[in-house]
Amino acid sequence: MDPGRGGCVIDALIDVFLLGLLVIVAVAVGQSRNLLVAVMLTGIYSLLSASWMLVLDAPDVAYTEAAVGAGVSTVLMLGTLALTTREEKPGPALEPVPLVVALITGLVLLYGTLDMPAFGDPASPVHQHVAPHYLQRSGEEMGIQNIITSVLASYRGYDTLGETSVVLTAAVGVFALLGGRRRRGAPVPEAEAP
Amino acid sequence: MIRKTVLRVVSKALIPFIALFAFYTQFHGDYGPGGGFQAGVILAAGVVLHGLIFGLAETRRVLPPRVVEVGAALGVLVYGGTGVLCVLLGGNFLDYDVLPEVLGMGGQHLGVFLVELGVGLTVSSVMVGILGAFSARGREL
Repeated sequence: MDPGRGGCVIDALIDVFLLGLLVIVAVAVGQSRNLLVAVMLTGIYSLLSASWMLVLDAPDVAYTEAAVGAGVSTVLMLGTLALTTREEKPGPALEPVPLVVALITGLVLLYGTLDMPAFGDPASPVHQHVAPHYLQRSGEEMGIQNIITSVLASYRGYDTLGETSVVLTAAVGVFALLGGRRRRGAPVPEAEAP
Repeated sequence: MIRKTVLRVVSKALIPFIALFAFYTQFHGDYGPGGGFQAGVILAAGVVLHGLIFGLAETRRVLPPRVVEVGAALGVLVYGGTGVLCVLLGGNFLDYDVLPEVLGMGGQHLGVFLVELGVGLTVSSVMVGILGAFSARGREL
């Protein structure tokens, strides 16, 4: 993609290698009956996705994916496993209707990508609207170099305020459901006693 | 897992650096990759590692649930408060141009800095808080 980064062949090899590993890990997650193994494999999947994001020059997304996907959410899933069993119950071998639905959905999505602009195409609509303004003017308008930060925190400040509120709301919901704080005078459950 | 010497020693050495990297991501986000959200999740990952190795009771002693809950709400308050401050100074909501110049940072830069601080505070507190709430239900990991 970028000739300054050491040749297209190496880039293509890294792309194929990472995407191939992603497919292998995804199949392994589907095949695994042991839930602990499946959780560990999803962590590996997240780490591979983070590497892939880095290849696509999106270090911010890679940071988040590595910390949340491979770190925090894997531990959360392990915590969930501690409350349930480690083995998946054997289900019916192959259900035809969900398989057909999944296949058709996948084919429709693939068909949809045919109309999308090529990867990195500078003439695609998303690069024609406000992006040129951000790229050319944000440095002098904001006084900071990172365009992503100025878009997130200033140009799109309302969106980010909404996102932060959503994160807080999610936590409030979890606290309300799981009882992060006990009511005064309520008996202390056995598992939570210090 | 505190009895596993290698895990304990390596984690003890790593956690300060994870926290340092989180703060670097937070405060250097204006110049390099990163920002409040990334810093928050990296800091939370460090706390989660602490909880895994030393047990969540120990983590709760270091970082009480009350602090986590207040931190989550305080982050949104800092974000919204920055917007209200802009209104009080005569601008639009979240229009940082009216903010004063502080420590060589222009108004926009100061606004972005404060807002990212709020995001980082909320995200890290929420991540730690959700893990605490989940794991308080069952036995130790």
